[in-house]
Amino acid sequence: MLISFLLLPILTAILLLFIKDKKTATTTAIVGAMATLLLAVVATTTKVEAFDIAWLPSLHSRFVLQVDGLAKILILLTAISFPAILIATAKNEYKQQNKFLSLLLFTQAGLMGVFLAGDALLFYFFWELALIPVYFLCSIWGGDKRIAITFKFFIYTFLGSLFMLVGILYLNAHTADHSFSIQSFLHANLTGHQQVTAFALFFIAFAIKMPIFPLHTWQPDVYEQSPTAVTMVMSAVMVKMGLYGILRWLLPLFPIAFMAHTNVVVILSVFGILYASFIAIRQDDIKRLIAYSSIAHIGLMNAAIFSNTSIAIQGALLQLFSHGINVIGLWIVADVIEQQTGTRSMQQMGGLAKKQPILAILLVGFAFANIALPLTNAFVGEFLMFTGLFQFNPWIAAFAGVSVILAAIYTLNMVQKVAYGEISEKINTMHAPNKGAQAVLIILLIIVFVTGVYPQPLFTLTADTLQQLLVK
Amino acid sequence: MNAIIVSALLGVIMMFCSWGIKSQKTQQSIALIGMFLLLLCNLAQLSGWFVINYDTKGMLAFTRFGLYVNTLFFAITFIYIWLNGEEIAKFANQAADFYALFFFILCGASILTSFDNLLMLFIGIEILSIPLYILTGSDKKNLFSNEASLKYFLMGSFSTGILLLGITFIYGATGSFHLAAPIIKPSTGLPQEQMILSAGLLLVFAAMNFKVSAAPFHFWTPDVYDGAPTVFTSFMATIVKAAGFIAFITIFNSQAKALGHSWELILTFVIIATLLVGNIVAVFQRSVKRMLAYSSIAQAGFMLFALYGKSTYANEGIILYAVVYSLATIGVFGVLIKMKENSFEAFNGLAKTHPLVAFVTTIFLFSLAGIPLTGGFFAKYYMLNALYAAGAGLWLIILAILFAAVSVFYYFKLVQAMYFAAGEPTINEVPKKYQYALLAIALLLLILGVFPTVLFNYLYF
Repeated sequence: MLISFLLLPILTAILLLFIKDKKTATTTAIVGAMATLLLAVVATTTKVEAFDIAWLPSLHSRFVLQVDGLAKILILLTAISFPAILIATAKNEYKQQNKFLSLLLFTQAGLMGVFLAGDALLFYFFWELALIPVYFLCSIWGGDKRIAITFKFFIYTFLGSLFMLVGILYLNAHTADHSFSIQSFLHANLTGHQQVTAFALFFIAFAIKMPIFPLHTWQPDVYEQSPTAVTMVMSAVMVKMGLYGILRWLLPLFPIAFMAHTNVVVILSVFGILYASFIAIRQDDIKRLIAYSSIAHIGLMNAAIFSNTSIAIQGALLQLFSHGINVIGLWIVADVIEQQTGTRSMQQMGGLAKKQPILAILLVGFAFANIALPLTNAFVGEFLMFTGLFQFNPWIAAFAGVSVILAAIYTLNMVQKVAYGEISEKINTMHAPNKGAQAVLIILLIIVFVTGVYPQPLFTLTADTLQQLLVK
Repeated sequence: MNAIIVSALLGVIMMFCSWGIKSQKTQQSIALIGMFLLLLCNLAQLSGWFVINYDTKGMLAFTRFGLYVNTLFFAITFIYIWLNGEEIAKFANQAADFYALFFFILCGASILTSFDNLLMLFIGIEILSIPLYILTGSDKKNLFSNEASLKYFLMGSFSTGILLLGITFIYGATGSFHLAAPIIKPSTGLPQEQMILSAGLLLVFAAMNFKVSAAPFHFWTPDVYDGAPTVFTSFMATIVKAAGFIAFITIFNSQAKALGHSWELILTFVIIATLLVGNIVAVFQRSVKRMLAYSSIAQAGFMLFALYGKSTYANEGIILYAVVYSLATIGVFGVLIKMKENSFEAFNGLAKTHPLVAFVTTIFLFSLAGIPLTGGFFAKYYMLNALYAAGAGLWLIILAILFAAVSVFYYFKLVQAMYFAAGEPTINEVPKKYQYALLAIALLLLILGVFPTVLFNYLYF
């Protein structure tokens, strides 16, 4: 069953290459993504057998796909994101639409592979494969400065993953059976010094991917220049690859090195949170604002994981999912406005609430979730993370807590500029968003509030992962 | 033995076949049939079904490894001739002459995969090199081709001279041409003999570095690769280089011990210099052909890892690397042949006018850069693993991956030109058949990118 998470997107993507008609292509992509979503719902609610076949016998690498709570929550997020993104942006016109959608679904397959892989070499494989379609998506369909910026992004992440490859090679040499399975990695007896080496090699890759300060410089430019559908995929799902990597590989494999680096990483993350928040306040471009806000949120999750308290990690596990939902909602609203008015500058917006009240209400809903107000899903996660950070170090928690205030400043500022005030010239040209986008936004907002009021299903889903991490 | 005799015979037959057969197409077909026969004869020996027995007095030793490498060489040359037949015919009245030279080169290559005696090494290298001088200068009316040929010939002769001097020194110190001659360990033996042996080995090392174009003996490479007709550069940069590496590894797997720890030091220096020169200079090239010449130096840097120490990773890795690198390079050059000029700008907008050609070129470049899902990734992985298994420091591996990241820079410049740059590509007509041939090579690379181990199945059984 797990193999279908790879096959379904890949087959749909291949099929798309042969569909020239734009409408049919979009419909096919949506149907494919919905099927994957259905599969994901089944997989998360039932018990699923691991998929395990021989792959490279002489290297002792096996093709292993397996799920636990951590993987399930991210698979669910990936599976929800893609149909949401595809439906919401279905009206957007691209040149060579079928290739665009095809590459998007290849990305989905890569992401699914990353979250499912139970073998380090396979993990690395998918880690790279998720990147390559994105490189083409941004470089072909992006904004004016796309080529140089995407290339910077590619080299950055490629270099990071090469370090991880060396780390995998290093660990592989230290396992008893020279295999790549996560179990034998867990049983590799590493000295403290060896752990630190391997930790550093892995961490560079994850830190670039998330990204945490000071390795974040690629991100705002790429988010701004990419086509919005790709930006959504990157900020909702791809950045989670870094956090996933930390939870799946770093924390269990190198406990000593992990403990040794908690302070450094937490301080860097908190610094990054404040830094990104302050920059976000100064932004006029709505896409850049969401990009910086996203850096701040990811930084908080990273700090929470590295505080290594159970409650903070529980919060981070929850927030992995919630942040994805919220940020997609914000991007969709921004995209609807940009598609209709042709501007991203918030100065030229205003009066959305009078002109398009429904869209404005949806925007406010996601804005609340972005600030993590009670009743929204982000509140649960962030509250747990702050509690954990407080246990770790009250001062750190205090500094990180400032970010909540800053988030309120930039988010509400955005709402104010976009939704209230006189109806601006640009906003006046707007008409109602298409049915698809509106429906997606409403469903996402329902998820925001339902998981905000009743997060228990998500806790249950991730309980086993938390247990394992704590035992280690 | 089969391969050496049959390839020499086929070379002679090929040479004379232009008397009776005038059609270029038929000549190509004969060459392909010959290559297939050669492949079969070699397989016959590999499976032990039919072996020409001849007492070589221990001059040659046929190992499974060497015979298997032969098979791969023949198979790749088969693909090469199949793809490039038309292009080869452009440079002479009779393409059969060139096919004859290919068979002679393969004869040299088969000796290099099976020599057990330094004299045979010398003979093998000479048989391999002399046809190359001719091929380089085969574009008779082109001054660059002439210059390249002369340059290659002069420098190649010097390096052969140095090789011979080295072999003489080794003979002087050990009294034998045998590879497995009793090695004088650094701790034992007379100091003078030890010194002469070391000197001899270093001279051989330098000469072999020249042959595989490793820095600081690489200076001929860009000019020769650039000046030679593209179709022959493609052959030179692949099969010939790979054969050189196999010989290189054979010598130093058995003799490196005589150099003690200084061996690792020297090799590390050469590896770093090669990676540095190849990768950094390639970034600044304006001509795709020169970029590929420097990239071939950089790739040689990775292949040198196999020399660091004996291990299964090194053995399997060099095979994988040679095959993957050869296929990808033949593919890229195959596309380059169809371009009207060699600049990066010539590729602008290729994806719009020739989507399939652009796609396969991307696969070839990805493979050269070592991106997963293409064979190049596993080739690089095996090499890094070989380095680590041989006890090299982690810093050297990290340095190697840094250079691998640099290589992405210049390979992707071509991808960017094809997919993202606006403009009309300056390309000749590419027949459908040719495109499918390129696609077949690309598919091979993809298969090796997912199941690299299929290549090793016949290495052991």
